[in-house]
Amino acid sequence: MSRRRVVVTGLGATTPIGGDVTTSWSALLAGTSGVRTLTEDWAQTIPVHFAARVAVEPSEQMERVEIRRLDRSEQFAVIASREAWKDAGSPDVDKERLGVVIASGIGGVTTLLDQYDILREKGSRLVSPHTVPMLMPNGPAANVGLELQARAGVHTPVSACASGAEAIGYAFDMIRNDRADIVVSGGVEAAIHAMPMAGFAAMKALSTRNDEPQRASRPYDLNRDGFVLGEGGGVLVLEEYEHAIARGAKIYCEIAGQGLTSDGYHIAAPDPDGAGVQRAVKFALRDSGLTTKDIVHLNAHATSTPAGDVAEANALRAALGTDADHVAVSATKSMTGHLLGGAGAIESVFIVKTLQDRLAPPTINIEDLDPAVTVDVVRDKPRALPAGDIAALNDSFGFGGHNVVLVFKSI
Amino acid sequence: MALAQADVLAGLKEIVEEVAGIPAASIELDKNFTEDLEVDSLSMVEVVVAAEERFGVKIPDEAVTDLVTVGDAVNFIVNAAK
Repeated sequence: MSRRRVVVTGLGATTPIGGDVTTSWSALLAGTSGVRTLTEDWAQTIPVHFAARVAVEPSEQMERVEIRRLDRSEQFAVIASREAWKDAGSPDVDKERLGVVIASGIGGVTTLLDQYDILREKGSRLVSPHTVPMLMPNGPAANVGLELQARAGVHTPVSACASGAEAIGYAFDMIRNDRADIVVSGGVEAAIHAMPMAGFAAMKALSTRNDEPQRASRPYDLNRDGFVLGEGGGVLVLEEYEHAIARGAKIYCEIAGQGLTSDGYHIAAPDPDGAGVQRAVKFALRDSGLTTKDIVHLNAHATSTPAGDVAEANALRAALGTDADHVAVSATKSMTGHLLGGAGAIESVFIVKTLQDRLAPPTINIEDLDPAVTVDVVRDKPRALPAGDIAALNDSFGFGGHNVVLVFKSI
Repeated sequence: MALAQADVLAGLKEIVEEVAGIPAASIELDKNFTEDLEVDSLSMVEVVVAAEERFGVKIPDEAVTDLVTVGDAVNFIVNAAK
């Protein structure tokens, strides 16, 4: 039996640089930062006063009654999924062959904390009956599954900042393994709140460039000092190739393979040898039947932390060898901030657009390129990619030592 | 403190509109919470807690199952406030 192929037939996103895919993609090519100083009073009580909030508030995109029953992370999932589903042509599909895999790194953390405040200040009677469905990490996937009446399975892989990419990989496998014909997949995050931010700040993981927030997310720059927390989400409709052809769907590209490994090294720090990342790249290429020669673009994890960016670049250089010379590397977190469990998903949306337009997005804020970075970084302006058959990688890593690499190829 | 039925209905309409997104104009005494107004079990808890706060009455959990229509709720609240 020939292997079932998986293609992308729909895209949706709500990000710090746009309320949908088209707007986000244009802003990305223009090198727009979505980072801003937070206006909430609590922001001045923690060491980091800025973040990358979504460009368009969910209240402008959903009914009020939906908003109050959904955690912000669930709102992002529903908004991005509606866009993606519509973009896919609202396919008429057997619901028992329709799945949803949407991840989140932290789940409904603002609901949890807000309801805890209510519990302490007003007592248990006033804790919302929607609390648990809003805080559960599978809530974003579950709400989308409910709306689409998906019955092939609704799943939520959790692997911190690799969650979004892992969700897409899981969806890819659901179709390959003949559990589903269409899977709505992606990742979301809504963790801009004093508590998680104080926690990340305590780890010294966040940039503290409070006087220049739009220049704070600077992957590969010599003076990078940590990541910028972002929020939002991205969703891709994955579909079995023959199923997409049969219904005359618009096909963006193919997902050709994935590689998953774990470091077994440290709970938060990257393995400086990058052995786990190298193995993930190798497995992903083997799975896709491609070689390093086929890869022309990589949307890097590159969060703007001092240790992470160089460890990743070294691992990529080792995995790709001299073929790394023709891989245009983009670090789009320089504009969107780091969406944690949503990162791998919005970056996959960006890769699909990159293959479609043959334009690799820029990396902004590199004033002095760190000489330790040994990959070819696309700086300041988009870079044209070659014609013909091309392929691109998305790598995502998470606290816990999770490594995920996805391979996308033109069709 | 005695409450007028009309005032309780007006207050309940606001609460149901806020919780379930049902326009107040379509909420009448004979409407069934679940079948007509699509107030599910979780939202009903919200309606009950909001009504307790607003009208200063207690609506015990065992009484909630008997509040099938808006009229049932209005009558319960009016009686409880007497």
